Amino acid sequence: MRKIISILLLFILTAGFTLCLLDIPFGEQKTKVGNYYINNGARETGAANIVTSVVVNYRGFDTLGEITILFTAAIGLAAVLGHPKKNKDPQPKEPASLIVYTGYRILFPFMLLFGAYIFIHGHLTPGGGFQGGAVIASAFILMYMSSKDKKINPTAVKIIESLAGLTFVGTAAAALTLGRPFLSNFMPKGEFMTLLSAGIIPVIYIAVGFKVGAEFSGIIHDLTGGN
Amino acid sequence: MDFLNNYIYYIGAFGLFFIGLYTMLIKKNLIKIIIGLTLLDSGIYLFFVAVGYLHKGTAPIISGHSPASEKMVDPVPQALILTAIVIGVSILALALSLAVKLYQHYHTLNIKNIKELKW
Repeated sequence: MRKIISILLLFILTAGFTLCLLDIPFGEQKTKVGNYYINNGARETGAANIVTSVVVNYRGFDTLGEITILFTAAIGLAAVLGHPKKNKDPQPKEPASLIVYTGYRILFPFMLLFGAYIFIHGHLTPGGGFQGGAVIASAFILMYMSSKDKKINPTAVKIIESLAGLTFVGTAAAALTLGRPFLSNFMPKGEFMTLLSAGIIPVIYIAVGFKVGAEFSGIIHDLTGGN
Repeated sequence: MDFLNNYIYYIGAFGLFFIGLYTMLIKKNLIKIIIGLTLLDSGIYLFFVAVGYLHKGTAPIISGHSPASEKMVDPVPQALILTAIVIGVSILALALSLAVKLYQHYHTLNIKNIKELKW
């Protein structure tokens, strides 16, 4: 019975979506706002990567909100899992194979470096704070998989996370002291397509990278059993 | 054939969406329901990016050599999805933590056997 109702519901939804989608042409010019960003984004923000200029500059409030959602989810996860009770006789953990451990020891610094590269160059190349943070967190997943003793320090993670969040909000609020709107690009734009360009965009994206990396690492730490 | 050329990305994206929705509606195991949730998420991401696509468009990144007349795909959906993926991961982590707690309390992941979930 449940199956039939579900499949019926799916068919109704399919019909509705099909009717809507037939009116959306594929691969054609649709929005004016996207064109505006493409034509004026580089001049107005100084960032070569237009996606970055949209994420951090034009829709900066949105990004701030999403960072807040991420923060709330991490807090909620820590609150739900809480402090796990110490097992009386915890199962002895098997050490990872030599291949995984050696791979971890060789790759770990390079993964951190690659993540940092991605979020520092977010305004020039494909990438940015969110992607770089995810790469850094994947380095920590490898660490948890390969060795049974190594753990991150949860307090340090929380401090990094808070400082990165404060940097984001502080940079955004610093524009207020100059009489400009919140999150406006008040720093000099520099030379186009160089590392030190685009004003506050690299600053904010580096803060986002640290925050996402720290938050994901904290989530992994909590999910693998915490303390 | 022309129809497929025009709509294959939409069909793929919504195929993924419906597979996820079906999994969420039918399956009894909590972990499988969470997998369905992520499949549904991925379908929506694909759909958004497909809507922003432009025939023969390049990535919306200005490199020194590209002529100004070159077409670029719409950057707005990409910017939205960029953040949405991260949010999706954090929602997945939160859902998994709730599943862990439910398992610790009821010693089962089958939602049929968790009486308090019935209404």
